[in-house]
Amino acid sequence: MKATTTGGAAVEAAAPPSKARRRSRGEELWGWLFVSPMLLGVTVLVLLPIVATFVLSLADWNFVQGWDGIKWIGLDNFDKLLRDDLFLRSVRNNVIFLLAVPVYMAISMILAVVIDRHVYMKGFFKVAYFMPYISNIVAVAVVWQVLFHPSNGPVNQMLRALGVSQPPGWLADPNYALPSIMLIVVWTSIGFNLILYMAGLQSIPRDLYEAAEIDGASGWVRFARITVPLLSPTSFFLLVTGVISTFKVFDIIAVTTQGGPIGSTSMMVWYLYDTAFVNLKVGYASSIAVVLFAFVLLITLGQWAAQKKWVNY
Amino acid sequence: MTETAAAFSWKKGILTAALLVLSLLFLLPFVWMLVTSFKPESEVFVYPIQWIPKQWNAVQNYSEVWAGSYPFWRYYLNSIQVALITTAISVAVSSLAAYGFSKIRFKAAGPLFLIVLATYMVPHQAILVPQFILYRRIGLFDSHLGLILLGSFSVLGTFMLRQFFMGVHNELIESAKIDGASHPRTFGSIALPLVRPAVATYAILRFIWTWNDYQNPLIFLRSDSLFTIPLAMQKFTSMSGQFYSLIMAAAVSAILPLLIVFILGQKSVIEGIATGGVKG
Repeated sequence: MKATTTGGAAVEAAAPPSKARRRSRGEELWGWLFVSPMLLGVTVLVLLPIVATFVLSLADWNFVQGWDGIKWIGLDNFDKLLRDDLFLRSVRNNVIFLLAVPVYMAISMILAVVIDRHVYMKGFFKVAYFMPYISNIVAVAVVWQVLFHPSNGPVNQMLRALGVSQPPGWLADPNYALPSIMLIVVWTSIGFNLILYMAGLQSIPRDLYEAAEIDGASGWVRFARITVPLLSPTSFFLLVTGVISTFKVFDIIAVTTQGGPIGSTSMMVWYLYDTAFVNLKVGYASSIAVVLFAFVLLITLGQWAAQKKWVNY
Repeated sequence: MTETAAAFSWKKGILTAALLVLSLLFLLPFVWMLVTSFKPESEVFVYPIQWIPKQWNAVQNYSEVWAGSYPFWRYYLNSIQVALITTAISVAVSSLAAYGFSKIRFKAAGPLFLIVLATYMVPHQAILVPQFILYRRIGLFDSHLGLILLGSFSVLGTFMLRQFFMGVHNELIESAKIDGASHPRTFGSIALPLVRPAVATYAILRFIWTWNDYQNPLIFLRSDSLFTIPLAMQKFTSMSGQFYSLIMAAAVSAILPLLIVFILGQKSVIEGIATGGVKG
């Protein structure tokens, strides 16, 4: 092939139209061939299932009944959802859980600024704060469950030693279970947010700070007027992915509380899982899936609309 | 500026000390886990916490985890097999598609890419039930192959690699074409080597995500012998009940190898996450 390099180019230049058409037909074929494995996988494993989810949400059906057991009941499942206390509680817990997102974003942003400019041993801190993110969430959840053990756990023993006579039961207490899980999620999420904020800081020109300093702006003013606005694209990205990820919280609940005690940590995905794979109500679970999909879709579409307004580029 | 860059700054020193204290919040749970995994059960909850065990029970604890009734060596082999094959297939499928969408001019490229991208908005949990029914029907339920296929078609990977392929100059592709190279050849010997760092980063991330995945094994596996580490970790915990030293030995076994890989390769992992802005 190599020997014909120049000759090939000459032929190409003088190629008659029919050859060009054949070439573009070749492009069509190769294009489809290259993308077809991906297309096939996405069609079979995502597109068909999402259509099936919408169809099944209109049915009353149990796994064990077989296809003959399907009853089509229109929108009854959604009607039932609106009056299902545990579902409404799960949605409410999801909404409460959103509070964790700004909390870990704020901590991460401050940590990023401090680590980036104002400390020694940068590399060590990056790794230390990132460790929880890289660790297996199941193992992390199990460790925290033991640390939070109501009677013997190190956390409560320390609190008692500090004079707290009635420390909370953490994951075992309906009033504290959800905040405890949020605390663990904040703990695991800081690393990822921190890394992205540090990357964002690299793109802020240094002369901005120098100019502000010459104008007499204090450290706080520089942070509020330069750093925060110029990090807004990163913040926006983290906010959207963070909000979407709270709607997908599952692993940590499955490992620690299984939605309990008394439904206090039930979230939408946990309730979906419980309905589908423990209670085997396929139709009802599918209607929860449709609601979940709608939430994520709304956030994603809202993101596009809001991006232009709020983000300083 | 009165200080030179090399001089020790008190402000910096104090902030470093403060952050060190704060980082204890992140490190101590790991240290506690490690220390507890070496202790006999009777000393797990002794307070004040013994950061250096008085009695060592490490050999017994770890042999129970690695060779007991839930032998971790088997789950390690399962996890390695699933994670490696998933990563290999996913990298192949995504880089082929990414090249196709960015470097081959065919009419359907735009619309097809939009369709693929749109599926990224579908939360995985919204399609679990139909996937489960499908897997039961076609016999992929309770098999490693089924698990591997679930992780093999990554929209994120395709999107990420497409960005990098777009950075490869079209002149390179065109001149290869003029030289008579077909697309597979251009892809394999010109385009792919040029984006190798991006491919490596994506491969590392895909490996970590697959290794840590809990939800898919939980739903699509049933036989103990097929379990991957996270699922085995959870089963081991519920079986071991109150034996917290054993549970911590299992947790160490589940976390440590990946942590070592991460600390060794932290530069590319952290940079990959920072540039890709991706989330598992």
